[in-house]
Amino acid sequence: MSKENGKKGALSRLLKYVKRSIGLVVLSMVCAAGSVLLSLYTTVLIGRAVDCITANGVDFANMTPILVKIAVIIPIVAVLQWLMYFSTNKISHSTVKKLRTDIFAHLQEMPLSYIDAKSHGDILSRVVNDVDAVSEGLLQGFQQLFTGVVTIIGTLVFMISLNWQITLVVVVITPLSFAVAGIISKLCFNKFREQSAIKGELTGFIDERIGSQRLVKAFGFEKNAEKQFDEINERLNVCGRRAQFYSALTNPCTRFVNSLVYAGVGIFGALNAAKAVSGGFSVGDLSCFLQYANQYTKPFNEISGVITELQSALASASRIFALLDEKAESSDEEKKVLENCDGTVGLKDVYFSYVPEKPLIEDLNLDVKSGQHIAIVGPTGCGKTTLINLLMRFYDVTSGEIRVSNVPIKDITRNSLRASYGIVLQETWVFKGTVRENISYGKPDAELDEVIAAAKAAHAHSFIMRLENGYDTVITNDAELSQGQRQLLSIARVMLSLPPMLILDEATSSIDTRTEMKIQSAFDLMTKGRTSFVVAHRLSTIREADCILVMKSGHIVEQGTHEELMKNEGFYAELIKSREEY
Amino acid sequence: MLKLARYLKEFKLNVTIGPLCKLIEAIFELIVPLVMAQIIDKGITNRDETFIWQNGIILIILAVCGLLFALVCQYMASAASQGVGTRLRSDLYAHINTLSYKELDAIGSSALVTRVTNDVNQVQTAVAMLIRLVVRAPFLVIGATIMSFSISPGLSLIFFGTMAAIVLIMYPIMKATVKLFKKQQRSLDGISRITRENLSGIRVVRAFSRQDYEKSRFGAEAEEYRKFAVKAGRINALLNPAIFIVVNTAYLLIVWIGGGFAAQGADGLTQGKIIALVNYMTQISLALVVVANLVTIFTKAAASSARINEVFDMKTSITSPEHSPVQDKNAPAVSFNDVHFSYSTGDEALEGVSFELFRGETLGIIGGTGSGKSTLVNLMCRFYDTSEGTIKINGADIREYPLGELRRIISVVPQKAELLSGSLRENMTLGRSDISDEQIQKAFEIAQAKEFTDTLEDGLDTKVLQGGKNFSGGQKQRLTIARAIAQNSEILILDDSSSALDYATDAKLRKSIGELPLTRVIISQRANSILHADKIIVLDDGKVVGMGNHAQLLKSCAVYREICLTQYSEDEIRETEAAN
Repeated sequence: MSKENGKKGALSRLLKYVKRSIGLVVLSMVCAAGSVLLSLYTTVLIGRAVDCITANGVDFANMTPILVKIAVIIPIVAVLQWLMYFSTNKISHSTVKKLRTDIFAHLQEMPLSYIDAKSHGDILSRVVNDVDAVSEGLLQGFQQLFTGVVTIIGTLVFMISLNWQITLVVVVITPLSFAVAGIISKLCFNKFREQSAIKGELTGFIDERIGSQRLVKAFGFEKNAEKQFDEINERLNVCGRRAQFYSALTNPCTRFVNSLVYAGVGIFGALNAAKAVSGGFSVGDLSCFLQYANQYTKPFNEISGVITELQSALASASRIFALLDEKAESSDEEKKVLENCDGTVGLKDVYFSYVPEKPLIEDLNLDVKSGQHIAIVGPTGCGKTTLINLLMRFYDVTSGEIRVSNVPIKDITRNSLRASYGIVLQETWVFKGTVRENISYGKPDAELDEVIAAAKAAHAHSFIMRLENGYDTVITNDAELSQGQRQLLSIARVMLSLPPMLILDEATSSIDTRTEMKIQSAFDLMTKGRTSFVVAHRLSTIREADCILVMKSGHIVEQGTHEELMKNEGFYAELIKSREEY
Repeated sequence: MLKLARYLKEFKLNVTIGPLCKLIEAIFELIVPLVMAQIIDKGITNRDETFIWQNGIILIILAVCGLLFALVCQYMASAASQGVGTRLRSDLYAHINTLSYKELDAIGSSALVTRVTNDVNQVQTAVAMLIRLVVRAPFLVIGATIMSFSISPGLSLIFFGTMAAIVLIMYPIMKATVKLFKKQQRSLDGISRITRENLSGIRVVRAFSRQDYEKSRFGAEAEEYRKFAVKAGRINALLNPAIFIVVNTAYLLIVWIGGGFAAQGADGLTQGKIIALVNYMTQISLALVVVANLVTIFTKAAASSARINEVFDMKTSITSPEHSPVQDKNAPAVSFNDVHFSYSTGDEALEGVSFELFRGETLGIIGGTGSGKSTLVNLMCRFYDTSEGTIKINGADIREYPLGELRRIISVVPQKAELLSGSLRENMTLGRSDISDEQIQKAFEIAQAKEFTDTLEDGLDTKVLQGGKNFSGGQKQRLTIARAIAQNSEILILDDSSSALDYATDAKLRKSIGELPLTRVIISQRANSILHADKIIVLDDGKVVGMGNHAQLLKSCAVYREICLTQYSEDEIRETEAAN
């Protein structure tokens, strides 16, 4: 599909969103047309009123009804205008909301492979910036385009009805405005693109350097960083100056064309009026024409601006739809709900790879009985988390089968599978909300007593009580809590729901050793009678495991109990020895 | 905003010539209706075609001159605003670099990024508008009013009335919308926060099957945003219709009252003059719309400059002396004398820490999270100043060292392995030209990084992506260690920096670092990382609860023993004791 097609596709899909507010769309268009035409008519009326004033006196008899007409029209136009602005704004924000919630809902259904692979900043910018660009550029743009076109047609009709020869003067000069605007917008477009590229570069640079300020300081890198910064900054200066100047050309240039039209109308209108016998082209008509000349050329300038905006808005829209078009996870609807999980897990001939060229897990077989403890060990980056991804069905196996409670996990709903695991991940996560909300995340209807009991079991209670508002303290993912404290919260979260199986991923790595010991005892209690998978560092956990999976660069190289593996004198034995080698 | 006005000084020429040109253009614009009135009143009435042509050509000349002046002004505005933006950004960034951790903690790094980018952009726009429009719009409004006064003092009252009415309408509307826009902005921040939370916590969300809850949370925030936006829109939509009413009523009054005047022959009003008045009214209404936009732009810019000034006003709490102190190579390499420290949050993070570390020795620091280990490092590098007590390096107080020199003596490997975008070489030298490729390769070897750096196709020219994304956690950690080693400093600090390494690599690394002719400070949560240190400090809750070597501490320090017990069995501890 060509790029142009993509844009067209985006446009028609966007219109489908707008269709939901079809009533408002019609209202806004009617109001727009009404207000534009009526306000043009006011200009005609003012011209006629002016005609009543002549060197010979003022014809009040004719003027008064005209003025009354104007007085009636003014509030009507105002109301129509207000309705138009208001309904456009409402349409645009309803569409924005729908788009945002759709994207977000889609994110919740997308496979993790997509979210893991994509830059989060990029997804975020689609939810926030691109949607905004669509609302501002496209919807408000349409509004301007529509009123612009109505204005042009309306003024043309009114002008022709007054005097077609002078209208011709206006029509002949205006394309000049188009040509000028066209040249300028081309100049601008290239410069603006360059400018936003440099801006992006600069933002990236600052983002990184300020984010790594500690590093910059520790190595006295400041002067150097400033030099690099100034280099990009200067490029931005040069390019920005040009971009801004080119775009600033639009206004004076189009104003110039306007002035030409104005002068043209003035000269030819005056010549006409001078020649005209009474009843022909009047001074009032000329006054109208002068006003029209202003109103007629204005939308041309606006439209050329709007078109560039529309282009960039469409680009944003196509980015949004590209995200919405990403395949969601296969449907769960007809799957069974896993009930009364007995804690057995079986992996049969499991193969998995993130990318087809790099096979990771090959022919993995494992039979976990209810209540068994499985330790996963291996050097950093060996793919321990991959196994967790498969167990939780964050990723699907390439081939083979995983069974829980003797049911293939492909045949049960993801939610019921995941609900049977309690999981504490390496990367802790809290969201903005109270401590209580954060702990009861998996069991929102939990009583406060239950929450406190879980927190106590996770040894989080004491630090929570030291927070300003105890369990009602609002926390965010940014700051306030130390890594260790957040980990305790994650543990409390699991303590609260206590599912039949557990997955613990290096959960204790950033908790101090004394707390860790206490947590360990709580874990022992928790894991008793529960099937558990632990990404383990501690020798005691490893030793006591019913089965140890030894992983190395994505593969499971050995499998067995501690004694068996030590006897093998393979990779595991080496690993353990190196650990003791001090 | 005035504080930033000094940046305009450099662009005096632009700031004077620009508006001047604009003024001339505006004057030309104001003359146009007068010329047109002449055409109507003299040309048409007398049927004088030559007169019409002459004046028509004057109109065209006015247009051409107007264009030329406008172009000069636009150029001046572009150059000045971009120039101010560039200087401001550069100064701001340099200023941020002088701030110490204390100030950086207070303001937060993401806030700083927005100040350097968005806020500077707002100011930049305001500068352009200042030159382009600030003179023009009010001048047009005032000029048109004066012109109307000169045509008909009586009718000019309508002009004054119009302006007063518009100001009265615009002010409350804009005040209300600005308020709502702020709320809208806050709600948008909420939307991005929830999105960010969901992206980073997607596994937790799914593990607890809370997708629907997240959807409703997001939906509520999106609805909130919509409500504010529609509300703001409803009020903002009043502006144009209101101006329409005022301006058109003014037209009406001009014609009506003007007609009356003309009938009585008051003010010498003619048809052409009334048309001129109508034209001036049009100019005023257009200029007022511009003023409305200007007010928004300047409100935003004022808020931005306040935020920028907040950063400029922040003075670093850590000053750097110019001259190096006298060092005593026989004094301890590092000594702490009754050091106390607290972060701004209150409680003391370190209480009365004292120790001495001699040249070539290894110091191990162990303790739980929040026990003050990293604080100790931060103080040693003078990222913060102590609240009480002194720290000496080579016998001289660290506050007597120029910061650059101090940080050359000490190299630190921070907990978080950070790489910067650029080449691998740049990451290793960090701007120091005296570090050779050989030195870097040597450092790779010591840091156990050679196994993967050797496989890099472009070697030291390999590009490092932002945040070091193209290296794994363990690789990044080893590279940051290599970086510190390559600096060839006297003191090397490892702040829990091998957590991502497996035991085997960790052991090799420690061995090779142990052989370097350096003074070492190793901070760890793992007992085996510091087992062999000459001196171990056990920290608990900011206090030193034990100091000595492994064997001594096992006997004398309960906390230390407890830590070891969580990591080793009794038998293993006995073995380590024997081996030591």
